[in-house]
Amino acid sequence: MVEGTGDVSAREHVLTRVREALRATAHARGGAGLPTTADRRRVLPAVGATFDERVALFAMHAADLTATFIVLQDAGALTAELCALRDAGGWKRVAAHRGELAGGAARSLGLPILFTDDGYDTNDLERCDVGISECDALVAQTGSVVVTSRSAGGRALSCLPPHHVVIARRDQLVADLPAAFMVLSQKYGAGYPSMISFITGPSRTADIERSLVLGAHGPKRLTIFMV
Amino acid sequence: MSAPSTRFDADARRVAADLRHRGIIQTAMAKYEVVRDQGKSWFQDWEGARDLAARTKLEAVGRLDTYLEQLVRNLEARGTRVHWAGDARQASEIIVGILREKNAKVVVKSKSMTTEEVHLNDAIEQAGCEVVESDLGEFIVQLRHEAPYHLVFPAMHLTRGEIRQTFEEKLRDAPSDDPEELTMVARRVLRRKYLQADVGITGANFAVADTGMISVTENEGNARLTAALPRTMITLVGIEKVLPHLDDLTLFLPMLAVMGTGQQLSCYNTMYGGPRQPGEADGPEEYHVVLLDNRRSALLADAELREALCCIRCGACLNVCPVFRNVGGHTYGTVYGGPIGAVITPHLRGLRDWQHLSYASSLCGACTETCPVKIDLPRHLLANRRTASRREPRWSHKIAFVLFAVAANSPALWTIATRLGRIGMRLRGLVNGTVLDPLRPWTRTRDLPPIAGQSFREWWKERGT
Repeated sequence: MVEGTGDVSAREHVLTRVREALRATAHARGGAGLPTTADRRRVLPAVGATFDERVALFAMHAADLTATFIVLQDAGALTAELCALRDAGGWKRVAAHRGELAGGAARSLGLPILFTDDGYDTNDLERCDVGISECDALVAQTGSVVVTSRSAGGRALSCLPPHHVVIARRDQLVADLPAAFMVLSQKYGAGYPSMISFITGPSRTADIERSLVLGAHGPKRLTIFMV
Repeated sequence: MSAPSTRFDADARRVAADLRHRGIIQTAMAKYEVVRDQGKSWFQDWEGARDLAARTKLEAVGRLDTYLEQLVRNLEARGTRVHWAGDARQASEIIVGILREKNAKVVVKSKSMTTEEVHLNDAIEQAGCEVVESDLGEFIVQLRHEAPYHLVFPAMHLTRGEIRQTFEEKLRDAPSDDPEELTMVARRVLRRKYLQADVGITGANFAVADTGMISVTENEGNARLTAALPRTMITLVGIEKVLPHLDDLTLFLPMLAVMGTGQQLSCYNTMYGGPRQPGEADGPEEYHVVLLDNRRSALLADAELREALCCIRCGACLNVCPVFRNVGGHTYGTVYGGPIGAVITPHLRGLRDWQHLSYASSLCGACTETCPVKIDLPRHLLANRRTASRREPRWSHKIAFVLFAVAANSPALWTIATRLGRIGMRLRGLVNGTVLDPLRPWTRTRDLPPIAGQSFREWWKERGT
């Protein structure tokens, strides 16, 4: 067998084998066509139609996942909640990005802030007690927080510090996974951020005797505020 | 008999009799079954979801060339460098080449069965780099110089006590055998490695053609950090992992979570579409995606077996397989164990050495019943057996079946044979259970039903008179 050496010949080599395999089996089944979003919605877990039902569903998932989900009336309430978390957790240093919600929330704490927006030293971020970020959507169907490298201060802010605090707006709560991808596609079009992450609860592992431990590598705690 | 099958027989016999091993696996699987069934019940129509998933994957592999080209175009459009590897050796060479170019000293890896398939860690270590597995289970088996036990749960065969002992020996840090404390030891050790690492390597669960994204599913956040901190990121992905559309993930991510671990969604489902983009805070300067064939195209060329390329490596068929549960993951001696491993390994690594895996099944069908993409595994196991007996015939079997056919076609010969058999059974009573017993290889693990004292024809004749 002749093996490709450079990139181009290796590419042609593999693609030729794939094409030949497909040609040789052109009679094989298939052709039932691709399912549509509507097809998938018919089988995926059900979600209530009203906003209140969706909030209740998200809250139920958050509780199951040992995440904290708090619905707030106004920004003043947010400051009070954050300060309570700061005092209880003994925070000394916070990390955030300069979003309207996240930046404001971080400043209200009266602690040194590392903003990740313009690049940062990883060791500094590692020493922060909490990462405060915004998000692109909350998904009622699964209790997930959707973040991207653009909406949430990069790739590491929502993953490296031991506590991740998410601040979402009420209109960011969507019903299901297809709706979340719709939001992303409308927001970014063809220029998707380099990372999109669906975060469903705090980091966890069950690799030792299948017993659950939180905070394997990512945050031990996940707190979601909806204002 | 070839070496892998000899080893398989010896290991299977040993592990199946190991009651401690059986206890560990049964406890783990009992927990898994409860949460998996709960997960299925969340769906409005689980059977419908399986149909849709199977349809999507069959379409994806049925037009693999088109989707691969689309995937590559979209990845490259945002600055990802795509490499093609025809086989395992090429994949390792490409990745080691990148490590050399970057002058890498420390490499962190997140869990990837495909990198196990190409023996990437050996190649990286031979090139003089340190490579650290960051998934907790993989980290544990790496410290023990063992292979992963299971596609999804690499360390499920170990007790907390054994893990504590491993940490004590290798890390000099094991405060207790509490899973939480042990996990925190690993977290601290691996944090240091993350901060040192020059390159991060991940696998992929799906590769999305229409947006050019690599989707990685995990629970620990180790893949997130692998993709965030090092300056260079590399993903090794089999060509069969392609999905046509980003929206297809809305089905596959929850199905993978339910079947893999009984979660509604794994903790982190992350899609990577390139290196750090202008205006982004962090992320790797370079992103390399290595597309691996390694005989997947040979599976594609088989109209029946092609279906095996639909596998999403959820591990559900291993979990329900009575053979896997008894002989254990390491006995297979191959990266992909259980029913799906028995189907694909002979085609990926050679029929001569691996055909015996096709017989490591009772053909009970539990695997097919649970498979989220409805792969008809027992049918493929039977097809493998047929192919093997055609290409690598075993003469003892052939002769036995020829003699059987001759006897079964002649009433006179059949009568003589059964009479002789009855005499033989009586004589065998003298040596039963001793090494002199010619049927011992069979009867050691099976019952031998006695030949009836009277044949049907004799009975019929008696009745008539």
